[in-house]
Amino acid sequence: MTSSLGNVASLAARAGGSVVRQVRSVIEPSGGRRPGAGQAASGWLAVTVLREPSDIDTAALPAPLAECGDRIEVRVRPAADGKGTELAARLRDRPSSGSALSRLSGGDPQAELRSALRRAKQLLEVGEVLAVDPAPHGKRTPTPGGALLEAWTKVAPKAGVR
Amino acid sequence: MKAVTWRGVNDIGVEDVPEPTMLNDHDIILEVGLSATCGSDLHLMGGYIPAMRAGDVLGHEFMGTVAEVGRGVTKHRVGDRVVVVSFTSCGQCWYCRQGLYSLCDNGNPNPGITEALWGQAIGGCYGYSHALGGWAGSHAPYIRVPYADQGAFAIPDGVSDERALFASDAAPTGWTGAHQAGVQAGDVVAVWGAGGVGQMAARAAMLMGAERVIVIDRFDNRLEQVRTHIGAETLDYQQVDVPGELRELTGGRGPDVCIEAVGMEAHTPGAQYLYDQVKQQMRLQTDRPAAVREAIYACRKGGTVFTLGVFAGLVDKFPLGAVMNKALTLRGAQQHGHRYIPEILDRMSRDEVRTEHLATHVMPLDDGPKGYRMFKEKEDGCVRAVFRPGG
Repeated sequence: MTSSLGNVASLAARAGGSVVRQVRSVIEPSGGRRPGAGQAASGWLAVTVLREPSDIDTAALPAPLAECGDRIEVRVRPAADGKGTELAARLRDRPSSGSALSRLSGGDPQAELRSALRRAKQLLEVGEVLAVDPAPHGKRTPTPGGALLEAWTKVAPKAGVR
Repeated sequence: MKAVTWRGVNDIGVEDVPEPTMLNDHDIILEVGLSATCGSDLHLMGGYIPAMRAGDVLGHEFMGTVAEVGRGVTKHRVGDRVVVVSFTSCGQCWYCRQGLYSLCDNGNPNPGITEALWGQAIGGCYGYSHALGGWAGSHAPYIRVPYADQGAFAIPDGVSDERALFASDAAPTGWTGAHQAGVQAGDVVAVWGAGGVGQMAARAAMLMGAERVIVIDRFDNRLEQVRTHIGAETLDYQQVDVPGELRELTGGRGPDVCIEAVGMEAHTPGAQYLYDQVKQQMRLQTDRPAAVREAIYACRKGGTVFTLGVFAGLVDKFPLGAVMNKALTLRGAQQHGHRYIPEILDRMSRDEVRTEHLATHVMPLDDGPKGYRMFKEKEDGCVRAVFRPGG
């Protein structure tokens, strides 16, 4: 009986540990696997721009990337099958990449670079960065759900690049 | 200005909001003529797409008159009568150039939300939550339209406002489903859902050469509209066994193409509905996929199932075994209206596409809460409540 109980306890502990690992791997990838949060270990963040490689001069980058100065390095190469040009950037002094949770809460150390890449893509493809604020809206009723969404909406523009 | 706003779950209001302003060179400001409710709004209303904030202006299907033009706009002038596609798409990125406009890389200023949910962000949509950009909706006297050269289309003379209105969303969504599902001449096509989008998917399939088109629903008035205005056959799923009837209608094969135009709040007779409701309300699944399950079950071997209704997240009891073993093609999309609206407007001008019957209840903006209630509860045979901001 003691042995059976022990087996059950062992199984429960293993099952519990597995659940914990699964949850941790979602909210904190470094706990369950190599750092990444869905990002390559090399640290490059990339967008594909529907322009010829010759249209992108790394010595005269669009303003959002140029403003990053020497803090970033930039790579340009043709995209496969005529899909344009892959424009990639990474921080020279790379912090450990943020977890999914940190990205949702605005703690992503690469958020500014994601935003810069996305705005650079818009400038190269469309010629302008799309503005959305101020958007007409009515009275905001304060609710916990609304506050959470508001916080997420503030960081959501600094994504869209993986 | 007054606008119809989302105030909370099942709470629609009318309140004063600021007028829109020009923020980009490619914007226009549109004086809204007509603005329709859409079945997908009900998912916002019910809180099933939880990215709305109190005070957000609703509405994504609209037409009107150009009131202001940005300096980068070349196609439109003040006074033009236009219909606007519900998705904001740049027209310049690779996805837009492939005709996949709802997947635009640049049209959603809040990409982080859908990127976290689905792996990549899709384009933006007016009045459809902060997940799709946080754009103000069209249930208001004025709306800002970005990328106006891409998303606003001149309405031909002779096409009424009431007809052109549905070239904004219902018709191009229907066209997207039929075309992207690969409907071909001679096909038998089944469409689940006889709302505006389902009716337009059926009409598109007929114009693409389908030999038989069968539309499935439970509301008599909508099924009557399908027979009278669309010219397709109908099945009432509360009266018949749908897969059995479809097998009989197709000599035992099943439809070549099955288009699901119901979405995440599907109704169905029997225990399956209770099961899905319980799981959805307990947040163990986000969407009720009963119509998708039935479409997969009914589709012929090697056929195509297209999910055109709006889904948000996760579903339970998904028949993947049938998809794999029957060699089905499973596709889905939001609307790529930019590529279909010119053809739709042309067909509207030739009376090949008629949509006025969808606007069963036209009312002023002040009646916004009443309009949504009537639309949700199907009161008085309401198929679509349509707001006329000008009164």
